[in-house]
Amino acid sequence: MTSLLEVRGLTVELPTPAGWVRPVNEVSFDIDASESLGLVGESGSGKTMLALALMGLLPPGARVEGQALLGKDRNEVEEVKEAKEKGAREPGVAVGKNLLALNEREWRAVRGGEIAMVFQEPMTSLNPVMRIGRQIEEAIRAHESRLAAGDVKRRAAEALRRAAIPEPEVRAEQFPHQLSGGLRQRAMIAMALAAGPRFLIADEPTTALDVTVQKQILDLLDRLRRELRLGLLFITHDLGVVRQVADRVAVMYAGRIIEEGPARQVLASPRHPYTQGLLNASPTLERGKLSPIPGSVPQLTALPPGCAFEPRCSWRRAECVAAVPDLRVADPSHTARCVLV
Amino acid sequence: MHTSEILLEARDLRKSYRRGGGVFRKEADGPRFTAVDGVSLAVERGETFAVVGESGCGKTTLARMLVRLIAPDSGELRFAGKDLLALRGAGLRRERRQMQMVFQDPFASLDPRMRVREIVDEPLAIHHPELSKTEKQERTAAMLERVGLQADALKRYPHEFSGGQRQRIGIARALILRPKLVMADEPVSALDVSVGAQILLLLQELQSEFGLTYLFISHSLPVVAQVATRIAVMRAGKFVEVGPAEQVLHQPTHAYTRELLAAVPSLPSR
Repeated sequence: MTSLLEVRGLTVELPTPAGWVRPVNEVSFDIDASESLGLVGESGSGKTMLALALMGLLPPGARVEGQALLGKDRNEVEEVKEAKEKGAREPGVAVGKNLLALNEREWRAVRGGEIAMVFQEPMTSLNPVMRIGRQIEEAIRAHESRLAAGDVKRRAAEALRRAAIPEPEVRAEQFPHQLSGGLRQRAMIAMALAAGPRFLIADEPTTALDVTVQKQILDLLDRLRRELRLGLLFITHDLGVVRQVADRVAVMYAGRIIEEGPARQVLASPRHPYTQGLLNASPTLERGKLSPIPGSVPQLTALPPGCAFEPRCSWRRAECVAAVPDLRVADPSHTARCVLV
Repeated sequence: MHTSEILLEARDLRKSYRRGGGVFRKEADGPRFTAVDGVSLAVERGETFAVVGESGCGKTTLARMLVRLIAPDSGELRFAGKDLLALRGAGLRRERRQMQMVFQDPFASLDPRMRVREIVDEPLAIHHPELSKTEKQERTAAMLERVGLQADALKRYPHEFSGGQRQRIGIARALILRPKLVMADEPVSALDVSVGAQILLLLQELQSEFGLTYLFISHSLPVVAQVATRIAVMRAGKFVEVGPAEQVLHQPTHAYTRELLAAVPSLPSR
């Protein structure tokens, strides 16, 4: 394998009173070290369920199929060494293993150690009654139990500094509620990266933040990605954000990827009607260019027979109802799941 | 020449709170926090006046004062020429009928134990007790249809609807009394992009159809750009810039406005 993360045919099934549904349906993509993939979708697209599958955090009762392989950084040894000095670790237990087949014991080493996640609401991950510094130390100790106490403390301070938290020694002694929203998000990023994972999943990390703070957090993630050669899966509903933060973008609808390609290209020349619809429905600073997509997202229990977007599509044809289209090649490395391609 | 009528006018509104209090200290001894620090504005009939700012700037406190949900510490407030701060009881209720609200959270702003029919006709029951049950039902059904919901929504409960649909219910409730002014506080922030676009368009259609004046509160400049006639940029309790939307968005005069504009992630122009 060549990529840092290789996902093939990832499918999640959940039991519901109306039968089994597939919130994630045959999803495949690759992410390299230092590369960021933006995953875009609205509610019900499956993007969060996908992230949870990659972290082994699916709800009980969920069935998962497919592969998610975490690999070695295929580039120069020198670059990897530099990254290690900055805090990244040697790939460990999960190299070449299918993340989707790990047991809970194996996950405890992998989660945080190889692959970490930050969420929209920092207070879901930060312990409100524990000082920030101690929480980060705890994260480090969970993966490197043999480190001396002094080293752990130093690494924790280093993690805060790397997340550009001003006065890290002061902040380390504070509780989460004493930090602003932006600082809390930085603290969560610091904690996620403290044990040196090579892959980071960020699920709407800036959605709850002010736009000026959002910009700082996006810049931080970008810098860390380059310095630590992190692979980054960035989940968002905001097309403007994805354009800023992602090299490549994958758009999800009703559990499937319906378009994938270089971020700027997909957003400048989308090849799937849903992507075009999302763009037209996204407000910008220009007035009068907003057009909504008619209708609403289908329930997973009542999906259309062919293309899931067909009922809402202005370009629909008879063949669209017949079968779910394959991902077709629109351009080199740009695919779209549409008969029009 | 068309002279515009000022519908809502505020002069030097101020509101501060005392922070603190707790087990060992009385509330009144805490440090003072100023939420709104001397705001004046004049909203013209038929326009959409938007207040934009980041969290903590005071826009929600200001909005609540403007529709008389909370009382300012000082300042003047007039609606359709009447002094809102001097009115009480039936007089205040009469004016309040003309100002309605649409809130951000479609999940929290609808009573989960009330059917949609009851939610939407409650304002009618309160302010127009003279209407018969049939008349109320007709008006409610018509309003729901106007906002894009089927008549069968009447007998359902809020939890049976999506976020966008619940927001439509909230809008129906706000408009059932045919108010002059609607205060919309982050009406699309909690919604998906495509749903938010539908709601913004609905709000614009309803504005022309019902001759509404909007007070639109938001943290999002792109959203505000779609609907605003005039924009006020708020920071730390004050307006730092107020002007016609085109001007504020494309020729801002204040550094903070420029900072906000620069931070908006851009999309390719269409």
